[in-house]
Amino acid sequence: MNRFAELLDRLTYEPGRNNKLRLMTDYFRTTPDPQRGYAMAALAGALSFKSAKAGMIRTLITERTDPVLLALSYDYVGDLSETVALMWPADPHHRPNAIPSITDVVETLSTLGKAQLPAQIARWLDALDETGRWALLKLITGALRIGVSARLVKTAAAALGDKDPHEIELLWPGLAPPYTELFAWLEDRGEKPLNTDPAPFRPAMLAHAIEETDFPALDPSHYRAEWKWDGTRIQAVTGLNEDGEPVTRLYSRTGEDISKSFPDLVSSFRLPGALDGELLIMREGRVQSFNDLQQRLNRKVISSKLTAEFPAYLRAYDLLVDGDEDLRELPFAERRKRLEKFIAAMDDPRVDLSPLVPFDNWDQLTAARADPASAGAGDDATAVEGIMLKRRDAPYLPGRPKGQWWKWKREPHIIDAVLMYAQRGHGKRSSYYSDYTFGAWTTEDGEDVLVPVGKAYFGFTDEELIQIDRFVRRNTIERFGPVREVVHEADKGLVLEVAFEGLQRSTRHKSGVAMRFPRISRLRWDKPPAEADRLETLEKMLEGTERAQAGLALPKPKRAARKTAAT
Amino acid sequence: MRPEDILLPTPSGVCCKRGGFHIDPTRAVDKALITHGHSDHARPGHGAVLATQETLDIMRLRYGENFAGTTQAIKYGETVDLNGIKATFRPAGHVLGSAQIAVEYGGTRIVASGDYKDVPDPTCLPFELIQCDVFITEATFGLPVFRHHDTDGEIAKLLRSVALFPERAHLVGAYSLGKAQRVIALLRKAGYDKTIYLHGAMEKITNYYVSRGIDLGPLELVRGAKKADLAGTITLAPPSAVKDLWTRRFPDPVACFASGWMRVRARARQSQIELPLVISDHADWDGLTNTIAATGAGEIWVTHGQEDALMHWCTTRGLKARPLDIVGYGDEDESDGVSDTGENAGSPA
Repeated sequence: MNRFAELLDRLTYEPGRNNKLRLMTDYFRTTPDPQRGYAMAALAGALSFKSAKAGMIRTLITERTDPVLLALSYDYVGDLSETVALMWPADPHHRPNAIPSITDVVETLSTLGKAQLPAQIARWLDALDETGRWALLKLITGALRIGVSARLVKTAAAALGDKDPHEIELLWPGLAPPYTELFAWLEDRGEKPLNTDPAPFRPAMLAHAIEETDFPALDPSHYRAEWKWDGTRIQAVTGLNEDGEPVTRLYSRTGEDISKSFPDLVSSFRLPGALDGELLIMREGRVQSFNDLQQRLNRKVISSKLTAEFPAYLRAYDLLVDGDEDLRELPFAERRKRLEKFIAAMDDPRVDLSPLVPFDNWDQLTAARADPASAGAGDDATAVEGIMLKRRDAPYLPGRPKGQWWKWKREPHIIDAVLMYAQRGHGKRSSYYSDYTFGAWTTEDGEDVLVPVGKAYFGFTDEELIQIDRFVRRNTIERFGPVREVVHEADKGLVLEVAFEGLQRSTRHKSGVAMRFPRISRLRWDKPPAEADRLETLEKMLEGTERAQAGLALPKPKRAARKTAAT
Repeated sequence: MRPEDILLPTPSGVCCKRGGFHIDPTRAVDKALITHGHSDHARPGHGAVLATQETLDIMRLRYGENFAGTTQAIKYGETVDLNGIKATFRPAGHVLGSAQIAVEYGGTRIVASGDYKDVPDPTCLPFELIQCDVFITEATFGLPVFRHHDTDGEIAKLLRSVALFPERAHLVGAYSLGKAQRVIALLRKAGYDKTIYLHGAMEKITNYYVSRGIDLGPLELVRGAKKADLAGTITLAPPSAVKDLWTRRFPDPVACFASGWMRVRARARQSQIELPLVISDHADWDGLTNTIAATGAGEIWVTHGQEDALMHWCTTRGLKARPLDIVGYGDEDESDGVSDTGENAGSPA
């Protein structure tokens, strides 16, 4: 448990992706089976045992400490598990050989009855040190929350044997902790494990962002175009199990099984096959905003209220498997024909076909991109974030092959905002003020003031970063820990041109708006802050989007949801 | 006689009227007895200063030759008579030269312990327990969550990280008096024999430690080093330098901080530390409570820190406890005498 605790401890503080990978790979390399396998499962969120409740932990510590000292400590630390880990009284009969391994913990928890749990946890807490206790409590109370995705864990394991993480992803649904076969294969000591899952993930094909300079080399007749939807990419796979019953899994773009999050959509799939498409929230036949979709993402508990209020749909754009026939070698145009037939055969109200965007030349496509509503997207135009270009003859290839698929995003929204606060970044940017909070003007009590409207930490060049950093240091008016407030007056300050993809209402921000994907597109040293944009400009943009989304005389979403829930 | 008739707590430190002196006063006074060289306890401008030779030397290094009107060096174990009041200096185990000062009059003994720790430190003499009637204690880490007993484990963690990231430089934030030298000595004890690099602000004090016979192995100022040569090395720097401009001379630095505060995650995250090292020169909770109990004192005065919890603990043990509310102790930790701008931090302070 101590090595695992040290790894978790390092991972919580380490901001860099590559460094996280190094830490995990090093752990997998130097830790024996089955410890490393259980650790991998814990990190990837693949362990399932009845987790201990916070209340039980609180009872344990209350029995052992003075209530005033506990209250003062909790007040200072701010986190119950951490407080318990730190102030757990030392065991006078401490024996070093009683320190549990992660294997002991996982195996014991999977068999232990509820009644014996508190005493067992107390024994472990007695045996461990501060970091060990902290890690144990994190492990047994549920989510680790250490900023590591399942995908990253698999990538770290793949590095043991120079394997492609995609391969682990493909095997994953057929594997179970402690993954000894997987590690044997990664270390070239064993055969590749077989994935016996009837509905496995296939690595997704990804697109390159197209630049103006790419077009002259491309022949429009070689390509077909589709809308790029502002949803989330998924793969819906259905296969037959040993008993001949259909099994369906929904996977994220990186192959994480997200079926549990979308029970309302899973039930739509019965025909064996593998569909690639966009998960969207639809109401009354219209695609809803990404903000609505976010209500469904990363949820642990899926209530029927949630699925009724934010119903999930699939808009399909590719077919990888039809029945038991793998179509990935076929050209796109062929697969598209098969896809159209497949969707027709499914005949399910939750699944539809992403339409093609007709065009003969780049000018027509440019016009469609600028005005999707008149080019066939109709009412769903607000959910279009650009155009996808796919070569007619492209097979379905894993990864991001050159020249096959292109994405061509719509022009971003732009505003001029004023830099208000700056914070130092992490890793290579650790000494640079590289995270910026910027504001727009508004009127408060008859006076013009700046109100923060967003935060951005990329979009600028290295040279620009140095310039902004210098500006921040020379124009600091106050410091709050790692944050500096910089001068922002009508005639003094730095104007940032900020590009963003969309706006949402937000109750968390004072301004009432939240930007999607904001980044610094230009530094406007030439512009006095007084000439920066006003909050009203953003509000108008927001109203425009909402009007378009609300359509004509449709009922308000809340009422629609209640109606659905009642049926 | 009440203890307050011997030592009177005031907002600027404890004062002995009869003996005509203050202990660690936070303003300039005629005569000061100083426990140790940290700037919150040892301030310049007193008429006369009585302290250990090391503390006097450290004050001279920090404030210049004229830091006090007159000075008198007191040896550990030595007793001075100040108008009938007896004051004895004993090791406090905090930093080089640190002392507790036992003040006696009319059969009552009060110990002003300054800052102290009760765990081994290769760079200074160990804390010496003094039986007393009143014990004046700090409470920097006066909460049961502060426990920093596994110093060797923390050093091992640092060395494992250095081995795992040989292309990066490890910057260890450490207070320039005491902590920095202790971390270096602990690294040597763990078998690390490569050159250890120093921020300019560490130079004078570290050289002084070496001149007092403390073996710190090969040391070099980082100022002259090439960026590429700093890959895989360890550098000690004042805490405020570890996240700022000065770090640009290092390849992909790992920000470390050796401090008792690193025990609490929120504190480490606020300071954007990537590798917290729980190493403290102050007694942790167990150290404070064990020491208080062992002195046999029936009355405990708490100078600064998290005094609420410690006073509560004293009460539950039947000890009389009072906070002293001295303004200005504990600031050494925050400022360390180095400006946050860091622009000039590379040059000698």
